[in-house]
Amino acid sequence: MLEGTQLTKDFRVRLGLFRGSATLRAVDDVSITIDAGETVALVGESGSGKSTLGRILLGLILQTSGAVHYRGTDFARLQGDAARQFRADVQAVFQDTSASLNPRRRVGESVIAPLLFNRRLSAAHARIESAQLLERVGLDPKIFASRFPHQLSGGQRQRVGLARALASQPRVIVADEPVSALDVSVRAQILKLMQDLQAQEKLAYLFITHDLGIARLIANRVMVMYLGAIVEEGNAADVFARPSHPYTLALTLSAPIPDPTRARPPRHLIGDIPSPLAPPPGCRFHPRCAFAQAICKTDAPPVREFENAHRSACHFAEQVRGG
Amino acid sequence: MNEIILDARNLVTEIHQRRGWLRVVDDVSFNVGRGEIVGLVGESGCGKSMTAFSLMQLFPTPAARVASGQIIFENRDLLKLAPNELRRVRGAQIAMIFQDPATFLDPLMTLGDQIAEPLRAHNFAGDVRARTRDLVEQMGLPDPDLIARRYPHQVSGGQKQRALIASAMSCAPKLLIADEPTTALDVTVQAQILDLMRDLRAQTGAAILLITHDLGVIAEMCDRVYVMYAGKIVEANTTRELFRAPRHPYTQGLLRSTVSLESATTELFAIPGTVPNLNELPRGCRFAPRCPIANAQCAHEPPFVADETRAVACWNVERAMASEIWKLDVGR
Amino acid sequence: MSNLRTWLAFALILGFVLLAVFAQFIAPFDPFRGGADALLAPGAKNYLLGTDHLGRDILSELIFGARVSLAVGISAALSASILGIVVGSLAGFFGGWVDGALMRVSEFFQTLPRFVLALVIVAFFGGGVLKVIIVLAILSWPQIARLVRAQILSLRESTFVEAARLSGMNGIQIIAREILPNALAPVIVTGSLDIASAILLEASLSFFGLGDANLISWGGMLNVAQPYLRQAWWMAVFPGIAISLVVLAFNILGDALNDALNPRLQETA
Repeated sequence: MLEGTQLTKDFRVRLGLFRGSATLRAVDDVSITIDAGETVALVGESGSGKSTLGRILLGLILQTSGAVHYRGTDFARLQGDAARQFRADVQAVFQDTSASLNPRRRVGESVIAPLLFNRRLSAAHARIESAQLLERVGLDPKIFASRFPHQLSGGQRQRVGLARALASQPRVIVADEPVSALDVSVRAQILKLMQDLQAQEKLAYLFITHDLGIARLIANRVMVMYLGAIVEEGNAADVFARPSHPYTLALTLSAPIPDPTRARPPRHLIGDIPSPLAPPPGCRFHPRCAFAQAICKTDAPPVREFENAHRSACHFAEQVRGG
Repeated sequence: MNEIILDARNLVTEIHQRRGWLRVVDDVSFNVGRGEIVGLVGESGCGKSMTAFSLMQLFPTPAARVASGQIIFENRDLLKLAPNELRRVRGAQIAMIFQDPATFLDPLMTLGDQIAEPLRAHNFAGDVRARTRDLVEQMGLPDPDLIARRYPHQVSGGQKQRALIASAMSCAPKLLIADEPTTALDVTVQAQILDLMRDLRAQTGAAILLITHDLGVIAEMCDRVYVMYAGKIVEANTTRELFRAPRHPYTQGLLRSTVSLESATTELFAIPGTVPNLNELPRGCRFAPRCPIANAQCAHEPPFVADETRAVACWNVERAMASEIWKLDVGR
Repeated sequence: MSNLRTWLAFALILGFVLLAVFAQFIAPFDPFRGGADALLAPGAKNYLLGTDHLGRDILSELIFGARVSLAVGISAALSASILGIVVGSLAGFFGGWVDGALMRVSEFFQTLPRFVLALVIVAFFGGGVLKVIIVLAILSWPQIARLVRAQILSLRESTFVEAARLSGMNGIQIIAREILPNALAPVIVTGSLDIASAILLEASLSFFGLGDANLISWGGMLNVAQPYLRQAWWMAVFPGIAISLVVLAFNILGDALNDALNPRLQETA
């Protein structure tokens, strides 16, 4: 349905007064497909380029190279009605719920906007439907439609964000860390709401997150990103049962487990994420990797494929899978 | 149980708002033993951070005060100390680290100078340079001499937090208060910082009061836990017991809604409703409006807490413990 | 406390506006006609604030002077704001060379010494209220333009503007519905402060005798008061107080607007 092929995005970064600028490759030759009705989790830590990839797929920023196809057509070539259809069909939910709503606008108006512009409903019609949308996400329109964003809790604002995305009757929603800023008990409410909406509307989600636990719970497929590149992808069940890239393995071992009786696994991950301005040569994970050998410092690893299109970009993927 | 070094009793902390003083920490009692790691867990707005600030009597806002209670540290009530006596305790015997290391580091000072600052402030007798170098090394920072000369913007978030911990540990405090120390960090870095804190406890014998919203971090780190909800402690227990047999309905719900890679179920669970506004708290139990087993008594009388170290503030503990009170299909 | 201050400032401005509008009904004497004894002290013979060197009633002069001060202040600030918003918006939206060119022009105007330029222009082209207004507007717009531009540049990157793009709005709709309402609040605040500084500048020009000689203005009153400072302090003190009060009032109003226009500071429902 939505497909990005060999996407690359460079940003120019100014280094300082006299040091000129450098090129930061935020996304490096990434290909991704999202099929109708499925949930793809895009997992990675800060600086991995996952949000940039999401914004390219949304058409909010232009890739440096590569192409995005929607229902088989390059969306750069979409014109008129087809372009409008794409705009309505691919929607987003954001992490920072207070920044994603206009602070001077009542939340009801934020939900009405896509009805007026994407769907071209009349004002009266839009008003009625916006109330229905708020109700669907669990907010009483009589109470909430006339409130300002700062008068709502984070969870309530995220519900408004979902209502606004739904207003366009989308097929795909790119959700960029939609629950990371929320409390544990509210987090589950929003995730549950997103699952219910997906079932009702046959939505596809690109779910961007740093939380493997959430990815495991909601995703059909998982893609793991590190410093701009996909290092591992596959069905969620396969990836979590048999992590095939040392980085995925390290992520699974790093996540704290809410069970005090379990022994802590050894953490063989060293150091911090390097600056994306100067990614290490060869495999970009090698300075932190427990499996790294001489070849990892010089040669970029090829992508190896295992069962069910489970792919890993690691020279020693078999060893990693062996444990 | 070992010797108690910090004993907070009936602590009440208020912040000033337009309509007067608002109780954000309401009659909270807890203690920390020597060399113990104690967790204070709860969601945003439950008062866990304000509790920590109350211990140091350093608030992020001027309009806050400890209204009543006692904070006994090493047999002295910190609330009764003169300001200069309190200053001698702060930083030297009790140190604190925070969620966002960047805001607590001076951008114009090298990390080495900032680590050494508490030593100078408390007139460290030995060689400040050597001590600083030891500290940096102890933090697992590569190339200690180079790092000490760096400015905050030149190092990563994980390294900043390590520098802040080094600064906090410089005077060998007996108690380290850590307020969400890893929340702003990536998981792989969080794991390293948690390991570091555990090592420090083993090496120096410092007790740690760990404030977090993350039950996973609690399970990995803490010997004992206090669970806070809407300004009150609702349950206290050893970590093992709390996770094995949570007694308060809120703790039970919180544990069920925690998502992890190892959760047995793949169903999502959410506690229905929202945390009450501190301006309009329920009369009885503050959790009653969201509780599946609340009855008339819960609505009218605040629950009574008998034993402080294994407390549970609930009228219906037997019922809560007897069966699974949270159904999976509750609430969206 | 701050509320009381705001109400006082508001009442003061309203008072001055009423004085200006109904000057001919309120003023006890005709300010253009002398006739009474010159340099009467305040309180003498029904002349509450005394008379000037031509025997004109100071109180009546002050009341009529409010017209010029307020008219000049408000219209200068208004035209500067409009010019500034247009230029700032163009620069912010189009960026590139349009931005570069407009900002260089605004910098040129900002580097000019304000008061000297005002003196030179009025001295060359002559006084007159309209010219004073134009001069003041020309001097004040760059500040507003830069403010609007900076606001737009930062708002353009905000998540809610991205969300508006996803809602199907085009560039102009986003500017009108999402960006400008957020960018305008600081402009209104600056504009109200500009009124105060325009009133001051007008008074200074008149003080140097470059105002409109046919009109009574507070600055002009200060000008003619100079030779009589020793004999008739009231000729200088009362217009001075009037200028200070109105400038202070507009400054407080600016502060109050700043708070009122921020939805976060409004009472939560």
